[in-house]
Amino acid sequence: MSEEQIKSLEKHFEERIARDEKIEPKDWMPEKYRKTHIRQMSQHAHSEIVGMLPEGNWITRAPSLRRKVALLAKVQDEAGHGLYLYSATETLGISRDEMYEQLHTGKAKYSSIFNYPTITWADMGAIGWLVDGAAIINQVPLCNTSYGPYARAMIRVCKEESFHQRQGFEIMMKLANGTPEQKDMAQDALNRWWWPSLMMLGPTDDVSVHTEQSMKWKLKRKSNDDLRQQFIDQTVPQADLIGLTIPDPDLKWNEERGSYDFGEIDWDEFWQVVKGHGPMNKQRMKARVGAWERGEWVRDAAMAHAEKKQARKEKQVV
Amino acid sequence: MSTKNWPLWEIFVRSKNGLEHRHCGSLHAADSDMALENARDVYTRRNEGVSIWVVESKHITASNPENNGELFEPAQDKVYRHPTFYDLPDEVKHM
Repeated sequence: MSEEQIKSLEKHFEERIARDEKIEPKDWMPEKYRKTHIRQMSQHAHSEIVGMLPEGNWITRAPSLRRKVALLAKVQDEAGHGLYLYSATETLGISRDEMYEQLHTGKAKYSSIFNYPTITWADMGAIGWLVDGAAIINQVPLCNTSYGPYARAMIRVCKEESFHQRQGFEIMMKLANGTPEQKDMAQDALNRWWWPSLMMLGPTDDVSVHTEQSMKWKLKRKSNDDLRQQFIDQTVPQADLIGLTIPDPDLKWNEERGSYDFGEIDWDEFWQVVKGHGPMNKQRMKARVGAWERGEWVRDAAMAHAEKKQARKEKQVV
Repeated sequence: MSTKNWPLWEIFVRSKNGLEHRHCGSLHAADSDMALENARDVYTRRNEGVSIWVVESKHITASNPENNGELFEPAQDKVYRHPTFYDLPDEVKHM
């Protein structure tokens, strides 16, 4: 194809997106669109899969059967969400194995929030309330994104996600209304998860490299800073309601803006964790790669069994 | 690395009797039995279905969007296939 033809195809493509038309797998698309989507969607899938690890840590120690079935269902949903997203990403021409390879070698990233440890039961509450809360704010606009398979996967994810946040808040509420030790445990979890949750919404707008193009392709509808403000404004009153204190001395209602002002985020910490130096980066990858390698004989056996069954069936036909 | 990868399957779910099966996504499985079992866990965790079809992806032939013109445009100028094309007096009822 000549450069001119590509230019005209690209123009036509951008116009389709501007008209809110969806792009489907077999449609022509610019290489950059394909690559950007593979990167973002596979990162999203990896985050769901790695995100099972911090919570899986507490399934056997949940304090009641009610809490245990809820946590199990939530972690199972995360596995499901990872699978929806992996299969949607495969429609762009990358194989599942390539994506796993990228995750396991560290070439692909996942949300850095999962590199923090879950040291008490209250962390299950804080993760559901704050981490899933921030994730929902990030994900709802993606239900309208331009790539059809991604948008459809996100609709399913968002529908299922709201129970995740509610079960987390219920855990926090119960602890906050419990004994002084239980309340301290809830406050401690909030103290540890608050700032990483704010970081989860991404670097500030002035340093975010992907924003402009992503807005055009509807991979992003609002900037990181706007999403973060939305998250803070909706979460602070929830903390007030259950008598917990947001660990930010600079947090103050700004009458004029109709929003909360908040303190400086420690971006050095964020970049340290992104670069692999968070408290749990190594353990998370070790657990993930280990599970994949230990499962290899199972995958091979299942394939061998399937082939044997198929051969037997063919023999009977003859 | 495994010697052979599990193939990809397309999953179709009927949400209730009376409705058609609808495509809802895909997954990897060693064979059709496993594809059905996995589809139950991946796509029907909240009573989304009463019936599942699985088809190995390689068996699906899809039309090419580049041929959409010749495939679908011929239907556009055949307005006489729609009831509104025909002029009838207002007095005619039930037609």
